[in-house]
Amino acid sequence: MEHEKDYVLRTVEERHVRFVQLWFTDVLGVPKSIQITPAELEVALDEGLTFDGSSVDGFSRVQESDVLALPDATTFQLLPHLADSIPTARVVCDIVNLDGTPFEGDPRQVLRRALDRAHDLGFAFYAAPELEYFYFARDDATDGVAAPVPLDHGSYFDLTTNDLGSTLRRQSVLTLEEMGIPVQYNQHEDAPSQHEIDLRYTDALSMADTIMTARLVVKELAARRDVMASFMPKPLAGVQGSGMHLHVSLFSGGTNAFFGADDPYHLSPIAHRFIAGLLRHAREITAVTNQWVNSYKRLIVGYEAPVYISWARNNRSALVRVPPTKAGKPDSTRVEYRAADPACNPYLALAAVLSAGLAGVEGDYELPAELATNLYDLSSDERRSLGIGALPSSLADAVDEAEASKLLADTLGEHVFEWFVRNKRAEWVAYRSEVTPFELRRYLPTL
Amino acid sequence: MQPLLLHPDPPPPALVHALDLAGYAWKAVTLADGTSAPTPEGGWSGAIVAADPDLASALLACRYLRDGDPPTTPVLLLVGAGELRALGEAREAFDDFCLAPFQPAELELRLARVLRSAGGASRPELVCHGSLALNLETYQAAIGGRPLDLTYMEYELLKFLATHPGKVFTREALLSQVWGYEYYGGARTVDVHVRRLRAKLGEEHAALISTVRSVGYRFGQSRWGG
Repeated sequence: MEHEKDYVLRTVEERHVRFVQLWFTDVLGVPKSIQITPAELEVALDEGLTFDGSSVDGFSRVQESDVLALPDATTFQLLPHLADSIPTARVVCDIVNLDGTPFEGDPRQVLRRALDRAHDLGFAFYAAPELEYFYFARDDATDGVAAPVPLDHGSYFDLTTNDLGSTLRRQSVLTLEEMGIPVQYNQHEDAPSQHEIDLRYTDALSMADTIMTARLVVKELAARRDVMASFMPKPLAGVQGSGMHLHVSLFSGGTNAFFGADDPYHLSPIAHRFIAGLLRHAREITAVTNQWVNSYKRLIVGYEAPVYISWARNNRSALVRVPPTKAGKPDSTRVEYRAADPACNPYLALAAVLSAGLAGVEGDYELPAELATNLYDLSSDERRSLGIGALPSSLADAVDEAEASKLLADTLGEHVFEWFVRNKRAEWVAYRSEVTPFELRRYLPTL
Repeated sequence: MQPLLLHPDPPPPALVHALDLAGYAWKAVTLADGTSAPTPEGGWSGAIVAADPDLASALLACRYLRDGDPPTTPVLLLVGAGELRALGEAREAFDDFCLAPFQPAELELRLARVLRSAGGASRPELVCHGSLALNLETYQAAIGGRPLDLTYMEYELLKFLATHPGKVFTREALLSQVWGYEYYGGARTVDVHVRRLRAKLGEEHAALISTVRSVGYRFGQSRWGG
């Protein structure tokens, strides 16, 4: 720890860093930052920085509201995309109580706890997300009321800016690589102005930090060109939404615990049970992996998003997919959880997915048969006879499932669990009290 | 290593760049009449005075340094070619000079020379491999003159590999040598960090760290020329 601190302080001095941003995340996954000067950094590294937690969503408590942001020195990183202005660095923080114990409202602590549990069972948890998002023309006049205008279809953009989206995505990828975040693929997605950045796998804690970083970088680089990047799950009706498929695997020592040489799917018994855990607990964790009213407008039939609870190797309608691995590459064995969207809190989502899978491993769950048929084509009777359940169809349903889940309560811890359920109920109530354009268009003239 | 004092504040950007790349610690101060330079703990290891904007105030600054208590030595003066003639009378005010605009290599050589003869700061401990340079004192790394923004563990991994070029290490060996404790990531952490390092080194240098199939990683060329 001393060396890490030294390294950070020397780097700040040598690189003439003027500001250090202390990053952390509220319970809903909104990035928070406290900017300090290098002079304040040494004390912050030693003792943490006190701030009033009651101003942060999900951090408030009845009695003590002060908490400490304690920088995790291993995450110290210069921010290359800000380098042309003032040399600035960031360091991700854990939130701790004034007595130094982990603060129970901190999402990073929730993930740490879940990882500790995996570690006790002899596993390291790895994750790689596919981040989908849209670029839209920035039009402050609409104030979020009118439908957003995709860049490629923006009529008032001339030909030369048609490729602005791809340029911005390439810039984002280069910036991420400069920050040591390797990108596996990046591509234009199916929907207009939709893009995808796939990150190379890392341990889940680093990955949650990385997802927060990637979302910020994508948004900041877009804002500089007067474009809005959005990770909203379903910004446009009629085209596919933005998901964040999570590729996950467990490693035991240096070997992939999901690989099984003798299995027809090349999956180990651990992988079988892990998938079974994901399927059995999917409904309970959906409020976390898909936490907004809008998330459920993506999880509908017909847009490549999962709706029904099943697994398969090659079936884009399945909730859990087992991507084929190349022969001789057992380490790339993984399962893909396809429900999550990129507007989730990555710390909580990864913790929930891990806990659901581990529950299957520990509880020796049996894996149901693979379903290779397109589930969208089945009638509800056929699905019922096959025993195929569905994901919650609204935030209200999802919160009901979450509230009744012991697994989720244990994973999030009492503080986060209670706050989250309360907050999501309130969001649903607020949404229900709105009269939407849909209703006005359909009902006002005819009723 | 004690820092070098630079006059004036702000110092010429080219000077800052050259010193940063060479790995010297420095602090800029404008030495003017009536001001006394704050002396850092352990004193200055020397000073570089730029005759920019004018020679007269630079020579004055040199004299302050020489007459200070304690005096700051050695003093290297950066001076334009047109002002050489005027230096003759002030010869005793500095230990050496370097023509501005300067060649970074010349500045580094002259600085190292005056520092050595003054018994002051030595050149910082450097690990070099091709265009990669690591400064072990300042924890900074640069490739082809471009500074690398590394996290602590990336720096430690690169340092370990670069100080053992040609040798193949298993993931487990690297994990215990570099990390030294059990980390969430387990042995795969090494792969993750190697990928991050390669991304930061950039495509043209990514091959500095090669993957040795079913063994681990090697920095630089194989000892067998492979």
